[in-house]
Amino acid sequence: MELSANGQAIAYLISAILFIFALKGLTHPASARNGNYFGMAGMAIAVVATLMGTEVQSYGFIIAGVAAGAVIGSIMAARVEMTAMPQLVAALHSFVGMAAVLVAIGTFLNKQAANELNAVLMGELSAGIIIGAITFSGSVIAFGKLQGLISGAPVIFKGQHAVNALLALVTIGFGVHFAMTGSINSLVIMTVLAFILGFTLIIPIGGADMPVIISMLNSYSGWAAAATGFTLQNNLLIIVGAIVGFSGAILSYIMCKAMNRSIINVVFGGFGSESAGESSAAAQAVQKGVKSASIEDAIYWMEDANKVIIIPGYGMAVAQAQHALKEFMELLEDRGVEVKFAIHPVAGRMPGHMNVLLAEADIAYDHVLEMDEINPEFPTADVALVVGANDVTNPAARTDSSSPIYGMPILDVDKARNIYVIKRSMNPGYSGVDNLLYYEDNCSLIFGDAKDVCEGLVTALKGGGH
Amino acid sequence: MPETLVALYIFVLACFIGFYVIWGVTPSLHTPLVALTNAISGIVIVGALLVTGLEEVGGLAEIFGFFAVLLASINVFGGFLVTNRMLSMFKKKDRK
Repeated sequence: MELSANGQAIAYLISAILFIFALKGLTHPASARNGNYFGMAGMAIAVVATLMGTEVQSYGFIIAGVAAGAVIGSIMAARVEMTAMPQLVAALHSFVGMAAVLVAIGTFLNKQAANELNAVLMGELSAGIIIGAITFSGSVIAFGKLQGLISGAPVIFKGQHAVNALLALVTIGFGVHFAMTGSINSLVIMTVLAFILGFTLIIPIGGADMPVIISMLNSYSGWAAAATGFTLQNNLLIIVGAIVGFSGAILSYIMCKAMNRSIINVVFGGFGSESAGESSAAAQAVQKGVKSASIEDAIYWMEDANKVIIIPGYGMAVAQAQHALKEFMELLEDRGVEVKFAIHPVAGRMPGHMNVLLAEADIAYDHVLEMDEINPEFPTADVALVVGANDVTNPAARTDSSSPIYGMPILDVDKARNIYVIKRSMNPGYSGVDNLLYYEDNCSLIFGDAKDVCEGLVTALKGGGH
Repeated sequence: MPETLVALYIFVLACFIGFYVIWGVTPSLHTPLVALTNAISGIVIVGALLVTGLEEVGGLAEIFGFFAVLLASINVFGGFLVTNRMLSMFKKKDRK
Protein backbone atom coordinates (compact mmCIF):
# COMPACT_ATOMS: atom_id res chain seq x y z
CA MET A 1 0.00 0.00 0.00
CA GLU A 2 1.33 3.40 -0.91
CA LEU A 3 0.44 6.68 0.67
CA SER A 4 -0.09 9.68 -1.60
CA ALA A 5 1.89 12.86 -1.01
CA ASN A 6 -1.24 14.52 0.36
CA GLY A 7 -1.96 11.62 2.68
CA GLN A 8 1.60 11.82 3.90
CA ALA A 9 1.30 15.54 4.54
CA ILE A 10 -1.82 14.98 6.65
CA ALA A 11 -0.06 12.24 8.62
CA TYR A 12 2.87 14.60 9.27
CA LEU A 13 0.46 17.25 10.50
CA ILE A 14 -1.13 14.82 12.96
CA SER A 15 2.33 13.80 14.09
CA ALA A 16 3.33 17.45 14.70
CA ILE A 17 0.18 18.01 16.78
CA LEU A 18 0.93 14.91 18.86
CA PHE A 19 4.45 16.21 19.55
CA ILE A 20 3.01 19.52 20.79
CA PHE A 21 0.65 17.61 23.10
CA ALA A 22 3.60 15.54 24.28
CA LEU A 23 5.42 18.66 25.46
CA LYS A 24 2.21 20.13 26.80
CA GLY A 25 1.91 17.03 29.00
CA LEU A 26 5.04 18.06 30.87
CA THR A 27 3.10 20.93 32.42
CA HIS A 28 2.42 18.63 35.37
CA PRO A 29 3.91 15.33 36.59
CA ALA A 30 0.44 13.73 36.59
CA SER A 31 -0.06 14.27 32.85
CA ALA A 32 3.55 13.77 31.81
CA ARG A 33 3.50 10.05 31.14
CA ASN A 34 0.55 10.33 28.80
CA GLY A 35 2.38 13.16 27.11
CA ASN A 36 5.29 10.86 26.44
CA TYR A 37 2.93 8.33 24.87
CA PHE A 38 1.60 11.08 22.58
CA GLY A 39 5.19 11.67 21.54
CA MET A 40 5.75 7.99 20.78
CA ALA A 41 2.54 7.88 18.74
CA GLY A 42 3.60 10.97 16.82
CA MET A 43 6.96 9.41 15.99
CA ALA A 44 5.38 6.12 14.94
CA ILE A 45 2.94 7.90 12.61
CA ALA A 46 5.75 9.98 11.08
CA VAL A 47 7.95 6.95 10.42
CA VAL A 48 5.15 4.78 9.01
CA ALA A 49 3.90 7.62 6.79
CA THR A 50 7.42 8.11 5.46
CA LEU A 51 7.93 4.42 4.76
CA MET A 52 4.57 4.18 2.99
CA GLY A 53 5.26 7.20 0.82
CA THR A 54 6.29 6.95 -2.81
CA GLU A 55 9.88 8.08 -2.21
CA VAL A 56 10.98 5.15 -0.05
CA GLN A 57 11.45 2.08 -2.22
CA SER A 58 14.34 0.08 -0.83
CA TYR A 59 14.00 -1.23 2.71
CA GLY A 60 17.00 -3.46 3.50
CA PHE A 61 19.32 -0.85 5.02
CA ILE A 62 16.40 0.88 6.72
CA ILE A 63 15.21 -2.23 8.57
CA ALA A 64 18.75 -3.06 9.64
CA GLY A 65 19.40 0.50 10.87
CA VAL A 66 16.13 0.85 12.77
CA ALA A 67 16.46 -2.60 14.36
CA ALA A 68 20.04 -2.02 15.50
CA GLY A 69 19.15 1.45 16.77
CA ALA A 70 16.16 0.08 18.67
CA VAL A 71 18.30 -2.50 20.45
CA ILE A 72 21.12 -0.06 21.31
CA GLY A 73 18.73 2.73 22.36
CA SER A 74 16.60 0.45 24.54
CA ILE A 75 19.62 -0.96 26.32
CA MET A 76 21.04 2.51 26.94
CA ALA A 77 17.71 3.76 28.29
CA ALA A 78 17.23 0.76 30.57
CA ARG A 79 20.74 0.68 31.98
CA VAL A 80 21.64 4.32 32.53
CA GLU A 81 22.00 5.50 36.14
CA MET A 82 19.95 8.57 36.97
CA THR A 83 23.13 10.35 38.10
CA ALA A 84 24.51 9.74 34.60
CA MET A 85 21.48 11.20 32.83
CA PRO A 86 23.43 14.28 31.64
CA GLN A 87 25.96 12.02 29.91
CA LEU A 88 23.21 10.04 28.17
CA VAL A 89 21.57 13.24 27.01
CA ALA A 90 24.89 14.57 25.71
CA ALA A 91 25.46 11.32 23.83
CA LEU A 92 21.99 11.44 22.29
CA HIS A 93 22.50 15.08 21.26
CA SER A 94 25.67 14.09 19.47
CA PHE A 95 23.74 11.39 17.57
CA VAL A 96 21.15 13.89 16.34
CA GLY A 97 23.93 16.18 15.19
CA MET A 98 25.77 13.41 13.36
CA ALA A 99 22.55 12.08 11.82
CA ALA A 100 21.80 15.57 10.48
CA VAL A 101 25.27 15.76 8.90
CA LEU A 102 24.91 12.31 7.33
CA VAL A 103 21.43 13.09 6.00
CA ALA A 104 22.69 16.33 4.46
CA ILE A 105 25.63 14.63 2.74
CA GLY A 106 23.42 11.75 1.61
CA THR A 107 20.91 14.23 0.21
CA PHE A 108 23.71 16.01 -1.64
CA LEU A 109 24.89 12.75 -3.21
CA ASN A 110 21.36 11.73 -4.22
CA LYS A 111 20.51 15.15 -5.68
CA GLN A 112 23.84 15.30 -7.47
CA ALA A 113 23.17 11.91 -9.07
CA ALA A 114 19.71 13.12 -10.11
CA ASN A 115 21.11 16.47 -11.31
CA GLU A 116 18.76 18.41 -9.05
CA LEU A 117 21.29 20.62 -7.26
CA ASN A 118 20.74 24.35 -6.96
CA ALA A 119 22.26 27.18 -4.94
CA VAL A 120 19.38 27.47 -2.43
CA LEU A 121 19.43 23.74 -1.71
CA MET A 122 23.20 23.71 -1.31
CA GLY A 123 23.04 26.73 0.98
CA GLU A 124 20.52 24.88 3.14
CA LEU A 125 22.71 21.78 3.08
CA SER A 126 25.66 23.85 4.28
CA ALA A 127 23.60 25.22 7.17
CA GLY A 128 22.45 21.71 8.10
CA ILE A 129 25.97 20.31 8.02
CA ILE A 130 27.51 23.19 10.00
CA ILE A 131 24.87 23.11 12.75
CA GLY A 132 24.86 19.31 12.87
CA ALA A 133 28.64 19.07 13.04
CA ILE A 134 28.89 21.68 15.82
CA THR A 135 26.18 19.82 17.74
CA PHE A 136 28.07 16.57 17.32
CA SER A 137 31.55 17.59 18.39
CA GLY A 138 30.26 19.97 21.06
CA SER A 139 28.19 17.17 22.57
CA VAL A 140 31.14 14.79 22.46
CA ILE A 141 33.16 17.32 24.50
CA ALA A 142 30.25 17.80 26.92
CA PHE A 143 30.01 14.02 27.29
CA GLY A 144 33.74 13.79 27.97
CA LYS A 145 33.59 16.50 30.62
CA LEU A 146 30.56 14.95 32.33
CA GLN A 147 32.02 11.47 32.26
CA GLY A 148 35.33 12.76 33.61
CA LEU A 149 37.21 11.65 30.48
CA ILE A 150 38.49 15.18 30.06
CA SER A 151 38.97 17.82 32.72
CA GLY A 152 35.88 19.78 33.63
CA ALA A 153 38.03 22.86 34.05
CA PRO A 154 37.61 25.49 31.37
CA VAL A 155 40.37 25.37 28.75
CA ILE A 156 41.29 28.91 27.94
CA PHE A 157 44.09 30.33 25.85
CA LYS A 158 44.89 33.81 24.69
CA GLY A 159 43.09 35.01 21.60
CA GLN A 160 40.60 32.17 21.88
CA HIS A 161 37.60 34.24 20.89
CA ALA A 162 39.42 35.68 17.91
CA VAL A 163 40.39 32.18 16.78
CA ASN A 164 36.81 30.94 17.17
CA ALA A 165 35.39 33.94 15.30
CA LEU A 166 37.90 33.45 12.48
CA LEU A 167 37.17 29.74 12.33
CA ALA A 168 33.43 30.43 12.14
CA LEU A 169 33.90 32.96 9.35
CA VAL A 170 36.12 30.65 7.30
CA THR A 171 33.64 27.78 7.80
CA ILE A 172 30.77 29.93 6.58
CA GLY A 173 32.94 31.15 3.72
CA PHE A 174 33.51 27.62 2.47
CA GLY A 175 29.79 26.95 2.93
CA VAL A 176 28.94 29.92 0.69
CA HIS A 177 31.53 28.82 -1.85
CA PHE A 178 30.01 25.35 -1.89
CA ALA A 179 26.51 26.78 -2.35
CA MET A 180 27.68 28.92 -5.30
CA THR A 181 29.82 26.36 -7.09
CA GLY A 182 28.92 22.91 -5.76
CA SER A 183 32.61 22.26 -5.15
CA ILE A 184 33.04 19.01 -3.23
CA ASN A 185 36.37 20.22 -1.83
CA SER A 186 34.63 23.16 -0.21
CA LEU A 187 31.97 20.82 1.17
CA VAL A 188 34.57 18.59 2.79
CA ILE A 189 36.66 21.47 4.20
CA MET A 190 33.53 23.16 5.55
CA THR A 191 32.41 19.93 7.24
CA VAL A 192 35.78 19.33 8.89
CA LEU A 193 36.03 22.96 10.06
CA ALA A 194 32.53 22.79 11.55
CA PHE A 195 33.50 19.71 13.57
CA ILE A 196 36.56 21.58 14.88
CA LEU A 197 34.42 24.62 15.67
CA GLY A 198 32.06 22.57 17.86
CA PHE A 199 35.10 21.38 19.76
CA THR A 200 36.64 24.82 20.28
CA LEU A 201 33.30 26.39 21.21
CA ILE A 202 32.52 24.00 24.07
CA ILE A 203 35.98 23.22 25.46
CA PRO A 204 36.38 26.63 27.19
CA ILE A 205 33.14 26.26 29.16
CA GLY A 206 33.66 25.06 32.72
CA GLY A 207 32.06 22.03 34.36
CA ALA A 208 30.00 24.25 36.66
CA ASP A 209 28.11 25.53 33.64
CA MET A 210 27.04 22.06 32.50
CA PRO A 211 23.31 22.82 32.90
CA VAL A 212 23.71 25.62 30.36
CA ILE A 213 25.83 23.55 27.95
CA ILE A 214 23.32 20.70 28.00
CA SER A 215 20.47 23.12 27.31
CA MET A 216 22.42 24.87 24.56
CA LEU A 217 23.28 21.63 22.78
CA ASN A 218 19.65 20.58 23.16
CA SER A 219 18.79 23.74 21.30
CA TYR A 220 21.42 23.13 18.59
CA SER A 221 20.10 19.62 17.98
CA GLY A 222 16.69 21.16 17.31
CA TRP A 223 18.09 23.72 14.87
CA ALA A 224 19.97 20.88 13.13
CA ALA A 225 16.68 19.01 12.65
CA ALA A 226 15.03 22.19 11.35
CA ALA A 227 17.85 22.78 8.85
CA THR A 228 17.43 19.20 7.64
CA GLY A 229 13.74 19.99 7.18
CA PHE A 230 14.60 22.95 4.96
CA THR A 231 16.85 20.85 2.71
CA LEU A 232 14.26 18.11 2.34
CA GLN A 233 11.35 20.56 2.19
CA ASN A 234 9.81 18.54 4.98
CA ASN A 235 7.51 20.65 7.14
CA LEU A 236 7.37 18.14 9.99
CA LEU A 237 11.12 18.39 10.51
CA ILE A 238 10.92 22.17 10.38
CA ILE A 239 8.15 22.33 12.99
CA VAL A 240 9.75 19.84 15.34
CA GLY A 241 13.19 21.36 14.93
CA ALA A 242 11.91 24.84 15.74
CA ILE A 243 10.08 23.67 18.86
CA VAL A 244 13.04 21.67 20.16
CA GLY A 245 15.39 24.53 19.29
CA PHE A 246 13.29 26.93 21.31
CA SER A 247 12.96 24.48 24.16
CA GLY A 248 16.73 24.33 24.57
CA ALA A 249 17.05 28.08 24.15
CA ILE A 250 14.49 28.75 26.90
CA LEU A 251 16.18 26.28 29.23
CA SER A 252 19.53 27.99 28.60
CA TYR A 253 17.91 31.31 29.45
CA ILE A 254 16.38 29.94 32.68
CA MET A 255 19.71 28.43 33.74
CA CYS A 256 21.63 31.63 33.06
CA LYS A 257 19.03 33.66 34.92
CA ALA A 258 19.39 31.32 37.92
CA MET A 259 23.11 32.07 37.97
CA ASN A 260 22.64 35.78 37.27
CA ARG A 261 24.92 35.52 34.25
CA SER A 262 24.35 36.34 30.62
CA ILE A 263 24.53 33.61 28.01
CA ILE A 264 27.47 35.50 26.46
CA ASN A 265 29.27 35.35 29.78
CA VAL A 266 28.70 31.59 30.04
CA VAL A 267 29.71 30.83 26.47
CA PHE A 268 32.85 32.93 26.58
CA GLY A 269 33.39 32.96 30.33
CA GLY A 270 35.39 29.94 31.41
CA PHE A 271 33.90 30.30 34.88
CA GLY A 272 34.92 28.05 37.76
CA SER A 273 37.95 25.84 38.06
CA GLU A 274 38.57 22.56 39.81
CA SER A 275 39.38 23.08 43.48
CA ALA A 276 42.56 21.85 45.07
CA GLY A 277 43.10 18.95 47.49
CA GLU A 278 41.33 18.53 50.81
CA SER A 279 43.63 19.36 53.69
CA SER A 280 42.31 18.53 57.15
CA ALA A 281 38.80 19.87 57.04
CA ALA A 282 38.20 20.33 60.74
CA ALA A 283 41.51 22.16 61.26
CA GLN A 284 40.66 24.61 58.49
CA ALA A 285 37.23 25.07 59.98
CA VAL A 286 38.55 26.02 63.40
CA GLN A 287 40.99 28.38 61.80
CA LYS A 288 38.19 30.05 59.89
CA GLY A 289 35.88 30.26 62.88
CA VAL A 290 33.37 27.74 61.63
CA LYS A 291 31.46 25.55 64.08
CA SER A 292 31.50 21.84 63.54
CA ALA A 293 28.74 19.65 64.91
CA SER A 294 28.12 15.96 65.49
CA ILE A 295 25.25 13.91 64.12
CA GLU A 296 23.72 13.84 67.61
CA ASP A 297 23.67 17.65 67.79
CA ALA A 298 21.75 17.80 64.52
CA ILE A 299 19.31 15.08 65.58
CA TYR A 300 18.66 16.93 68.84
CA TRP A 301 17.27 19.88 66.90
CA MET A 302 15.52 17.90 64.22
CA GLU A 303 13.72 15.10 66.06
CA ASP A 304 11.14 17.36 67.69
CA ALA A 305 11.10 20.11 65.10
CA ASN A 306 7.98 21.34 63.37
CA LYS A 307 9.56 21.83 60.01
CA VAL A 308 12.81 20.66 58.44
CA ILE A 309 13.89 21.79 54.96
CA ILE A 310 16.49 19.72 53.17
CA ILE A 311 18.62 21.38 50.48
CA PRO A 312 20.18 18.76 48.23
CA GLY A 313 22.97 19.56 45.81
CA TYR A 314 25.18 17.65 43.43
CA GLY A 315 27.21 16.41 46.42
CA MET A 316 24.17 14.37 47.42
CA ALA A 317 24.03 12.78 43.98
CA VAL A 318 27.74 11.99 43.90
CA ALA A 319 27.53 10.32 47.32
CA GLN A 320 24.26 8.56 46.33
CA ALA A 321 22.78 9.82 49.59
CA GLN A 322 19.23 10.24 48.28
CA HIS A 323 17.99 6.85 49.51
CA ALA A 324 19.29 7.43 53.04
CA LEU A 325 17.72 10.88 52.94
CA LYS A 326 14.39 9.38 51.99
CA GLU A 327 14.53 7.00 54.96
CA PHE A 328 15.48 9.90 57.21
CA MET A 329 12.55 11.91 55.86
CA GLU A 330 10.11 9.09 56.64
CA LEU A 331 11.44 8.67 60.18
CA LEU A 332 11.03 12.40 60.79
CA GLU A 333 7.53 12.36 59.33
CA ASP A 334 6.58 9.48 61.60
CA ARG A 335 7.50 11.77 64.48
CA GLY A 336 5.22 14.48 63.11
CA VAL A 337 7.93 16.64 61.56
CA GLU A 338 7.09 18.37 58.29
CA VAL A 339 9.88 17.70 55.78
CA LYS A 340 10.38 19.54 52.50
CA PHE A 341 13.07 19.60 49.86
CA ALA A 342 14.29 22.85 48.33
CA ILE A 343 15.68 22.79 44.81
CA HIS A 344 17.70 25.52 43.14
CA PRO A 345 17.28 25.69 39.35
CA VAL A 346 20.97 24.94 38.71
CA ALA A 347 21.35 22.20 41.31
CA GLY A 348 22.85 19.15 39.64
CA ARG A 349 24.44 18.78 36.23
CA MET A 350 21.42 19.49 34.05
CA PRO A 351 18.10 21.30 34.37
CA GLY A 352 15.79 19.47 36.79
CA HIS A 353 18.42 16.83 37.56
CA MET A 354 17.86 16.93 41.33
CA ASN A 355 14.12 16.35 40.94
CA VAL A 356 14.76 13.14 39.01
CA LEU A 357 17.24 11.88 41.59
CA LEU A 358 14.77 12.51 44.42
CA ALA A 359 11.97 10.91 42.42
CA GLU A 360 14.20 7.88 41.90
CA ALA A 361 14.58 7.60 45.68
CA ASP A 362 10.79 7.50 45.86
CA ILE A 363 10.42 10.94 47.36
CA ALA A 364 6.97 12.20 46.33
CA TYR A 365 7.10 15.26 44.09
CA ASP A 366 4.78 17.28 46.31
CA HIS A 367 7.55 17.30 48.93
CA VAL A 368 9.96 18.85 46.47
CA LEU A 369 9.69 22.59 45.99
CA GLU A 370 11.33 25.04 43.61
CA MET A 371 13.25 28.08 44.84
CA ASP A 372 10.43 30.61 44.52
CA GLU A 373 7.97 28.35 46.33
CA ILE A 374 10.22 27.40 49.22
CA ASN A 375 12.04 30.65 49.98
CA PRO A 376 9.16 32.21 51.98
CA GLU A 377 9.16 29.08 54.18
CA PHE A 378 12.74 29.26 55.47
CA PRO A 379 11.97 31.73 58.31
CA THR A 380 9.46 29.24 59.71
CA ALA A 381 11.80 26.24 59.43
CA ASP A 382 13.38 24.94 62.63
CA VAL A 383 16.21 23.30 60.76
CA ALA A 384 17.66 23.65 57.27
CA LEU A 385 19.80 20.65 56.36
CA VAL A 386 22.16 21.31 53.45
CA VAL A 387 23.37 18.13 51.75
CA GLY A 388 26.10 18.72 49.21
CA ALA A 389 24.91 22.13 48.01
CA ASN A 390 27.13 25.18 48.28
CA ASP A 391 27.05 28.27 46.08
CA VAL A 392 23.25 28.28 45.85
CA THR A 393 23.05 28.83 49.63
CA ASN A 394 25.67 31.60 49.88
CA PRO A 395 24.23 34.80 51.35
CA ALA A 396 27.12 36.69 49.76
CA ALA A 397 24.99 36.66 46.61
CA ARG A 398 22.64 39.05 48.42
CA THR A 399 25.02 41.11 50.49
CA ASP A 400 28.50 41.28 49.02
CA SER A 401 28.54 43.31 45.83
CA SER A 402 32.21 42.41 45.28
CA SER A 403 31.48 38.68 45.19
CA PRO A 404 31.54 36.97 41.78
CA ILE A 405 28.18 35.41 42.57
CA TYR A 406 26.58 38.70 43.68
CA GLY A 407 23.02 39.01 42.36
CA MET A 408 22.52 35.31 41.83
CA PRO A 409 19.15 34.21 43.23
CA ILE A 410 19.79 31.87 46.16
CA LEU A 411 17.88 29.68 48.57
CA ASP A 412 17.32 31.68 51.77
CA VAL A 413 18.82 28.96 53.94
CA ASP A 414 20.36 31.51 56.33
CA LYS A 415 16.87 32.54 57.47
CA ALA A 416 16.16 29.17 59.08
CA ARG A 417 16.48 28.94 62.87
CA ASN A 418 19.23 26.31 62.78
CA ILE A 419 21.37 25.30 59.86
CA TYR A 420 23.33 22.09 59.45
CA VAL A 421 25.58 21.63 56.46
CA ILE A 422 26.90 18.21 55.53
CA LYS A 423 30.22 18.76 53.84
CA ARG A 424 33.31 16.75 53.09
CA SER A 425 35.78 19.57 53.51
CA MET A 426 36.09 23.32 53.65
CA ASN A 427 36.74 23.57 49.93
CA PRO A 428 34.68 26.24 48.25
CA GLY A 429 32.06 25.39 45.62
CA TYR A 430 32.46 25.54 41.85
CA SER A 431 32.50 29.31 41.83
CA GLY A 432 35.57 29.22 44.09
CA VAL A 433 33.81 31.61 46.45
CA ASP A 434 33.87 31.17 50.22
CA ASN A 435 30.38 30.49 51.56
CA LEU A 436 29.43 33.13 54.16
CA LEU A 437 26.63 30.88 55.38
CA TYR A 438 29.14 28.79 57.32
CA TYR A 439 30.12 31.71 59.53
CA GLU A 440 26.57 32.45 60.69
CA ASP A 441 25.95 31.90 64.40
CA ASN A 442 23.12 29.46 63.76
CA CYS A 443 25.09 27.36 61.27
CA SER A 444 27.13 24.24 62.06
CA LEU A 445 28.99 21.93 59.75
CA ILE A 446 28.90 18.16 59.92
CA PHE A 447 32.02 16.91 58.20
CA GLY A 448 31.81 13.64 56.31
CA ASP A 449 30.56 11.89 53.20
CA ALA A 450 26.92 12.82 52.54
CA LYS A 451 25.78 9.21 52.45
CA ASP A 452 27.62 8.22 55.64
CA VAL A 453 26.23 11.21 57.51
CA CYS A 454 22.68 10.62 56.27
CA GLU A 455 22.87 6.97 57.28
CA GLY A 456 24.23 8.11 60.63
CA LEU A 457 21.25 10.42 61.01
CA VAL A 458 18.90 7.52 60.28
CA THR A 459 20.61 5.25 62.83
CA ALA A 460 20.66 7.95 65.47
CA LEU A 461 16.98 8.71 64.96
CA LYS A 462 16.04 5.02 65.13
CA GLY A 463 18.15 4.38 68.20
CA GLY A 464 17.39 7.48 70.18
CA GLY A 465 13.61 7.20 70.13
CA HIS A 466 12.14 8.79 73.22
CA MET B 1 5.03 32.03 -2.84
CA PRO B 2 8.18 29.96 -3.39
CA GLU B 3 8.50 26.78 -1.34
CA THR B 4 11.46 28.01 0.68
CA LEU B 5 9.45 31.01 1.80
CA VAL B 6 6.54 28.80 2.83
CA ALA B 7 9.01 26.75 4.85
CA LEU B 8 10.25 29.94 6.50
CA TYR B 9 6.66 30.88 7.47
CA ILE B 10 6.16 27.46 9.05
CA PHE B 11 9.49 27.67 10.83
CA VAL B 12 8.81 31.07 12.38
CA LEU B 13 5.29 30.16 13.49
CA ALA B 14 6.55 26.89 14.98
CA CYS B 15 9.11 28.91 16.96
CA PHE B 16 6.22 30.76 18.59
CA ILE B 17 4.49 27.48 19.45
CA GLY B 18 7.72 26.25 21.00
CA PHE B 19 8.11 29.44 23.00
CA TYR B 20 4.66 29.25 24.58
CA VAL B 21 4.53 25.49 25.11
CA ILE B 22 7.95 25.26 26.73
CA TRP B 23 7.34 28.11 29.18
CA GLY B 24 4.42 26.06 30.49
CA VAL B 25 6.63 23.12 31.45
CA THR B 26 7.09 22.78 35.20
CA PRO B 27 10.73 23.17 36.33
CA SER B 28 10.61 19.87 38.19
CA LEU B 29 10.27 18.12 34.83
CA HIS B 30 13.11 19.89 33.04
CA THR B 31 15.26 16.76 32.81
CA PRO B 32 12.43 14.71 31.25
CA LEU B 33 11.84 17.72 28.97
CA VAL B 34 15.41 17.55 27.69
CA ALA B 35 15.12 13.78 27.23
CA LEU B 36 11.78 14.07 25.45
CA THR B 37 12.89 16.86 23.11
CA ASN B 38 15.89 14.67 22.42
CA ALA B 39 13.64 11.79 21.43
CA ILE B 40 11.49 14.10 19.33
CA SER B 41 14.51 15.57 17.53
CA GLY B 42 15.12 11.98 16.49
CA ILE B 43 12.59 13.04 13.83
CA VAL B 44 15.64 13.47 11.59
CA ILE B 45 15.01 9.75 11.11
CA VAL B 46 12.43 10.84 8.52
CA GLY B 47 15.21 12.54 6.56
CA ALA B 48 17.42 9.49 7.00
CA LEU B 49 14.66 7.21 5.66
CA LEU B 50 14.16 9.46 2.63
CA VAL B 51 17.88 9.40 1.81
CA THR B 52 18.32 5.66 2.34
CA GLY B 53 15.08 4.48 0.78
CA LEU B 54 15.47 6.25 -2.55
CA GLU B 55 15.08 3.71 -5.34
CA GLU B 56 18.11 4.86 -7.32
CA VAL B 57 20.21 5.61 -4.22
CA GLY B 58 23.96 5.42 -4.81
CA GLY B 59 26.16 3.09 -2.75
CA LEU B 60 27.87 5.88 -0.83
CA ALA B 61 24.62 7.72 -0.06
CA GLU B 62 23.11 4.44 1.09
CA ILE B 63 25.93 3.94 3.61
CA PHE B 64 25.61 7.50 4.91
CA GLY B 65 21.87 6.96 5.08
CA PHE B 66 22.21 3.70 6.97
CA PHE B 67 24.30 5.30 9.71
CA ALA B 68 21.90 8.22 9.88
CA VAL B 69 18.98 5.82 10.33
CA LEU B 70 20.94 3.94 13.00
CA LEU B 71 21.85 7.05 15.01
CA ALA B 72 18.42 8.63 14.75
CA SER B 73 16.80 5.35 15.73
CA ILE B 74 19.00 5.12 18.87
CA ASN B 75 17.76 8.61 19.69
CA VAL B 76 14.12 7.79 19.19
CA PHE B 77 14.12 4.57 21.19
CA GLY B 78 16.61 5.70 23.84
CA GLY B 79 14.94 9.09 24.26
CA PHE B 80 11.35 7.94 24.63
CA LEU B 81 12.18 4.95 26.83
CA VAL B 82 14.39 6.88 29.21
CA THR B 83 11.77 9.63 29.45
CA ASN B 84 9.20 7.01 30.31
CA ARG B 85 11.51 5.50 32.90
CA MET B 86 12.04 8.87 34.56
CA LEU B 87 8.40 9.91 34.50
CA SER B 88 7.31 6.63 36.08
CA MET B 89 9.38 7.64 39.13
CA PHE B 90 7.48 10.85 39.73
CA LYS B 91 4.83 9.88 42.24
CA LYS B 92 2.49 11.73 44.50
CA LYS B 93 2.57 11.08 48.21
CA ASP B 94 0.71 7.85 48.98
CA ARG B 95 2.07 6.90 52.40
CA LYS B 96 -0.26 6.15 55.29
